[in-house]
Amino acid sequence: MGRNLTFEIFRYNPLDPRSFPHMQTFQLEEHPSMTLFIALNLIREKHDASLQFDFCCRAGICGSCGMVINGRPGLACHTQTSDLPDHITLHPLPVFKLLGDLSVDTGTWFRHVGKKIESWIHTNKEFDPNAQEERMSNSLATEIFELDRCIECGCCVAACGTARMREDFIGATAINRMARFYIDPRDNRTPADYYELIGDDNGVFGCMGLLACDSVCPKQLPLQDQLGIMRRMVSMESVRGILPESLRKKLQGCGCGCAKS
Amino acid sequence: MRIFECDVLCIGAGLAGERVAVEAAQAGFRVICLSVVPPKRSHSSAAMGGMQAALGNSIMGEGDCPEIHFNDTVKGSDWGCDQEVARLFAETGPIAMREMAWMGVPWSRVVPGEHTYYKGGKPFQATEKTENEGLIHSRAFGGTAKWRTCYTSDGTGHAVLFTLDNRLLQLGVEVHDRTQAEVLVHDGQRCMGCVARDLRTGELVGYFAKATLIATGGYGRIYRATTNAIICDGGGQIAALETGVVPLGNMEAVQFHPTGTVPTDILVTEGCRGDGGTLLDVNEYRFMPDYEPEKAELASRDVVARRMTEHMRKGLGVKSPYGDHLWLDIRHLGEKHITTNLREVYDISTHFLGVNPIHQLIPVRPTHHYSMGGVRINKDGHAYGLEGLFSAGEAACWDMHGFNRLGGNSLAETIVSGRIVGKKLVEFLKGYETIFSTAEMNAAATKVKDRIAALLRGTGDDCYTLRNEMQDVMMEHVGIFRNGKDLEAGVSKLQDLLERCGNMRLASGDIPGPNAELSMALRVPGMLKLALCTAYGALMRTESRGAHAREDYPERNDKDWLNRTLAYWKEGDSLPTLKYEPATPFYILPPGDRGYGGGKIIPGDIMEDQIVPYDQKG
Repeated sequence: MGRNLTFEIFRYNPLDPRSFPHMQTFQLEEHPSMTLFIALNLIREKHDASLQFDFCCRAGICGSCGMVINGRPGLACHTQTSDLPDHITLHPLPVFKLLGDLSVDTGTWFRHVGKKIESWIHTNKEFDPNAQEERMSNSLATEIFELDRCIECGCCVAACGTARMREDFIGATAINRMARFYIDPRDNRTPADYYELIGDDNGVFGCMGLLACDSVCPKQLPLQDQLGIMRRMVSMESVRGILPESLRKKLQGCGCGCAKS
Repeated sequence: MRIFECDVLCIGAGLAGERVAVEAAQAGFRVICLSVVPPKRSHSSAAMGGMQAALGNSIMGEGDCPEIHFNDTVKGSDWGCDQEVARLFAETGPIAMREMAWMGVPWSRVVPGEHTYYKGGKPFQATEKTENEGLIHSRAFGGTAKWRTCYTSDGTGHAVLFTLDNRLLQLGVEVHDRTQAEVLVHDGQRCMGCVARDLRTGELVGYFAKATLIATGGYGRIYRATTNAIICDGGGQIAALETGVVPLGNMEAVQFHPTGTVPTDILVTEGCRGDGGTLLDVNEYRFMPDYEPEKAELASRDVVARRMTEHMRKGLGVKSPYGDHLWLDIRHLGEKHITTNLREVYDISTHFLGVNPIHQLIPVRPTHHYSMGGVRINKDGHAYGLEGLFSAGEAACWDMHGFNRLGGNSLAETIVSGRIVGKKLVEFLKGYETIFSTAEMNAAATKVKDRIAALLRGTGDDCYTLRNEMQDVMMEHVGIFRNGKDLEAGVSKLQDLLERCGNMRLASGDIPGPNAELSMALRVPGMLKLALCTAYGALMRTESRGAHAREDYPERNDKDWLNRTLAYWKEGDSLPTLKYEPATPFYILPPGDRGYGGGKIIPGDIMEDQIVPYDQKG
């Protein structure tokens, strides 16, 4: 016999005039290897078919199921109930628009931010189907992939103090994404371009350094490092022509592969 | 009802849908992509392993060329594929991979010098060439003569999907996520779009399009144990089938992956075995070389999955509360390899199973994985039966996989066929004008409204009960080994379930806004039709070919069954109508022995003039 689990779940359907925000309690018997994915589906199938939540891959890869689990943003699908106390409280991720219960609209948020930071390779080269691919060192490819691993689950944004106060803050996820393009030689953007895109309070300078983003990232991305690297790069760009160039170059030398300075 | 108009409507925004969308948008057409989830969450993102393309940069891929890739693909398909399409695929592969590199995919690259690689669990040394430094590297996958699978660490699908989706952002393609296509708008001749449900509000939305693409992936969720994401419910295939004029090809061709984990059914990549992982039984004995002395764990997926089942049937599986399983052993690959090249495997094992694969064995069993069948299209991607309807990727039956696809070939297919179909779709659109019928749009919308109204009136089973019963029937009757008696019983149970759908009940009732139960309830009758196409097609196909293994007909019968099943659904019927067409327009590689898997072959009569050389086009 497993434990008897109590789930206290946030309920609200914004499109239903009869609905109001409240917490609802469900009881489930725990099974071995039970995850929140299994538990929430059991609740929907056996107790309340109207419960809203999002899952897709249920394997920690797609980033659909971010929610606040006992006060901490995380992916529900790879959270095992055995790692939690027998009273489990679930809230939707803050910052994102609530669609219903535990379901929030991360899709619109990420598309908007993706457009804003121009999250794509900027190149003037045309693709030549007859040419060999451009060479790249494997270590650089690996470095790029390490930053490309963000699954846009939104946990870092939900945990972010600045994002709670500043509606247009792009969040650690977008700064990390910029860092990915910054080290990619296929992207021909210069520090001046990055300064234009993220050199303000809604970008790298908005971060207060609370760094919950780094603590909650389910993919353990080095968000803290990337914030630092990008902030230094953009800061140094902002003093171009003000500081003597030799001093500026020296300060910029951060060993992060600032190949484009 | 809100109505949108566009040139191209992509239903589904995974790799195949987005690759077609990119092609059409680059040509200046207005494209709208529909997706039930934000595109970057599509199931394509879960594909870890890689994409096969004959670049031949790595030392173990030296001398590779599209023709060798073609041969592997045809053998893998057990001669069920369309050889013209398989050749087109193999030829285009390298270009499509390089194009993705240009777009931004951080492919893993060749590092010159001596490396330790693994084959069949044994390490060996190989020296990568200096002149190939920095070119796209490749790893081993099952059923291939060369190491051909391009990859980005263990996140190939993720990396390529993010790159493509970023390209869509750049091109300004409109994406309507949280939108579920329900029915196609058509007049029996031409497709003009679809009626969809906005999953944020529950509203119906109409889409008029000159060209409509179905790229919704597979329909694995008709099985209980599947590696497929929960959104892989066959929505696109259902919409096509319900037109009555578009057939689904080879629905009985369903692949089971050897290494689904227990109990969550999450896939661990074939890269594990490619890199040297081995399969062990209850005695921790490596059994695959006994069955397949040459290829061992790296025989094609259908063969490995069947051998595993065979071995477990001998009582040599590991007993567990979730049923029997076997072990996957990657411990000898070492901590560094496991935590970098196979990191997702490491994550899945630790997070979902509580197993540390550096020191412990991973519980695995064959699990439903891939649908070779789908919307039957011609080599240009145009669906049979309706002008202006296209399909690509797993949703389609193009048909380069025949009765078994090779690992790494489906992920490659998404962008290769996306590229080819995209270009053909653009050709189709140039100069094409059509008429959008408001009458057909209304008829389609009424169909969906009527279905919802019927659910609100229903007093019978809820959708989860019916879905769960269907999934159990499919596991029990239409699994890895099949036979006439079980299939017949399965078909009859599925027909019964389909009938019970008529009185399906919506437990949540009429609530405004998003309603996940309603989304599922609208899908279940269609999923049952797909299940029936699969089960009935399997019952009628009295031979064993690739992934379709009949215990009562163990031979591959080239005399009678070197063909493709086409399943049509006439409205009101409780069974599909099956027709058949030749598997391939001509043979480049005449039917023969695959070189693995064993089994008897009943030879067919292949005429001399049906055989053409690889280099002869047309």
